[in-house]
Amino acid sequence: MPHTRHPATLLDLRKGEEAVLDRIDLPADISQRLMELGFLPGSRIAASFRAPGGDPRVFRVDGTEVALRCETAARLHLRPDSKKGAASPS
Amino acid sequence: MTTQDGLPALTGTPPGTNALPAAGPRPARVVAVVGPPNSGKSTLFNRLTGLRQKVANFPGVTVEQHLGKLRMEDAAELDIIDLPGVYSLTPRSEDEQVTHDVLMGRMPGVPKPDTILLILDVTNLGRHLVLAAPILALGLPTLVVLNMADELEKRGGEVEAEALAQRLGAPVALISAASGEGYDTVLQFLRGRIGIPRPMDLLPVLSDIPRCREWAARLGEAAKYQAPAPPVWTRRLDGVFLHPVAGPLTFLVVVVAVFQTIFSAATPLMDLVDQAVGASGAWLGAVLPAGVLRQLLVEGIWAGVGSVLVFLPQILLLFLFIGVLEDSGYLARAALIADRTMAKVGLQGKSFIPLLSAYACAVPAIMATRTIENKRDRIATILIAPFMTCSARLPVYTLIIAAFLPEKPLIGPFLGTRAAALLGLYLLGFVAAVATARVLKSSVLQSERTPFVLEMPPYRAPTFRGLGLRLLDRAKVFLRRAGTVILGMSIALWVLAHVPLKDGKSPQIAESFAGTIGRTVEPIIAPLGFNWKIGIGLVTSLAAREVIVGTLGTIYGIEGDETGASLQEALRHDLTPAGAVALLVFFAFAMQCMSTIAVVRRETGGWTWPIVQFTYMSVLAWVGAFVAFRIGTAFMA
Repeated sequence: MPHTRHPATLLDLRKGEEAVLDRIDLPADISQRLMELGFLPGSRIAASFRAPGGDPRVFRVDGTEVALRCETAARLHLRPDSKKGAASPS
Repeated sequence: MTTQDGLPALTGTPPGTNALPAAGPRPARVVAVVGPPNSGKSTLFNRLTGLRQKVANFPGVTVEQHLGKLRMEDAAELDIIDLPGVYSLTPRSEDEQVTHDVLMGRMPGVPKPDTILLILDVTNLGRHLVLAAPILALGLPTLVVLNMADELEKRGGEVEAEALAQRLGAPVALISAASGEGYDTVLQFLRGRIGIPRPMDLLPVLSDIPRCREWAARLGEAAKYQAPAPPVWTRRLDGVFLHPVAGPLTFLVVVVAVFQTIFSAATPLMDLVDQAVGASGAWLGAVLPAGVLRQLLVEGIWAGVGSVLVFLPQILLLFLFIGVLEDSGYLARAALIADRTMAKVGLQGKSFIPLLSAYACAVPAIMATRTIENKRDRIATILIAPFMTCSARLPVYTLIIAAFLPEKPLIGPFLGTRAAALLGLYLLGFVAAVATARVLKSSVLQSERTPFVLEMPPYRAPTFRGLGLRLLDRAKVFLRRAGTVILGMSIALWVLAHVPLKDGKSPQIAESFAGTIGRTVEPIIAPLGFNWKIGIGLVTSLAAREVIVGTLGTIYGIEGDETGASLQEALRHDLTPAGAVALLVFFAFAMQCMSTIAVVRRETGGWTWPIVQFTYMSVLAWVGAFVAFRIGTAFMA
């Protein structure tokens, strides 16, 4: 049986993988700001580069790259089974 | 949409069809330039006004609103206001507040704009177009400027500007602010020559971001928008600059290279200025009739102002480097690399940009902290910014290091002793800043950790125009200071050094008023290894750090050493090596800058923080210098 991972949040995405955002579990003003930058429920987000040490991480969303700290990325939940990308057997 | 000859299309005036007859176009008077960060707002503003305006890739560098004038041959002079970059008009950060207030005509002292240039990055239209909703809802004549048309084309994207204009109900111009392509359309619009089409789509409910996005997406579809391919070079460069090993290494190399160049490359230029100042001073002395006026001019003004002017090349070089780093987009990567370190002292990557600008000057740095949404983080950043080694310290450091430290290569041709000493002083200021931040953030300014959200702009080649305007402005600021603060201090000091008259003749410096001032502070600074002459310099440098160089120039100029000893030699005569180290440490910590005190008062809204800051830094400077002098004396004895 092929091993499949189910990334639950943005934090679980490996570099090159992408998935669909489900919801943002953060206070309203912060989630509004994230939405303005393209982190909208339903949008595709891909994991990109990381700062040395792995935090913050860069995510590709809507044609631009935005850096988030890991603690923030962990609050952005993904739609199950929406993962796609380099490291996934799909 | 581009026409066949590659020129950007002008849209909006199909006569009689869609143009509103009642709200017919009128020439503009007060124009606001609005747009998201990194949309090229400042580049357009530069083009319109020719005045300097910071162009940077970091979101939110344009914090101050910049005003300029545009003169067209056949129209009245226009006021152009450059507003901070924003993603929405909902006032959450101070940037958004400023933009909101100006557009509503609620900003005191700023005329209410009657026309808007909304500038959007067309390579990023899906996201940027959202801002059109609240801006168009204001009901002012608006030109939607789609910038970076050349990049869109190069990366295989496209958009039909006319279709977009019809849906938006606003004329749309596809331009490249950097190359000037399509710029004429903007001028035509400002002359009132472009009609405003009636909107086909209703504007979305502004507070509902997903709805706004849908609206923007629908409009993009209608305009046959093809997003461009991701910038290949940005990914390749990030592969290096954000590499776990190569990234931090590059960061380090960049920093060291900057310092080494500031020292080695600036020297011939500085020698040139020095010779020019010396030659013109000698010439003045020769042609003017002997008397008080000649003395004041040659000994007071020329020696005082001239000794500061010498540092212009070095300061411009530093600003050139910071400009290149900012405009290229590397600074955002540096913020990313620095975030973890900043988090350790309770700050965040966004504080890194103001702190890095503080290496040039604390005043713009403190203004740049407005992008930090968290108030406590912001105040902490303001309080530590003056510890960063600003360009005004450079003349002082350079003078003392050059006087006391012989130049020897340390690592081949890459790093010499003097550059290393300078680097050490930069490090000292940085350590003081970090330690202070830690103390503040774990006590009075404790706050919840704010999320770090930072856009990574694509790398772009800095333009000569942008860098040139920036350097010109820095040169003007520096020369203005030399012409006002330093000139005034030089004259005042010269006068104080020549009174009270004794038997109708000027006294020895030691017996003059200036000498009295120096002797009054001497008991306080004697434990640091400074004599009364240095004391005079410390007092005058309360106005601005670099004034001490001019002051010492004036003092030694008056003393008129027969041997023609240079300022460096004179210093060696007055300071022990341990005293020199103490003086360096003193300048690393002390807050000697009226402009910084004024800007801190303005940005924190009262006298409390500037007074706390000044006291803290002065005490730290004294204690630091005392310790340095003691240790230095013990070691060098």
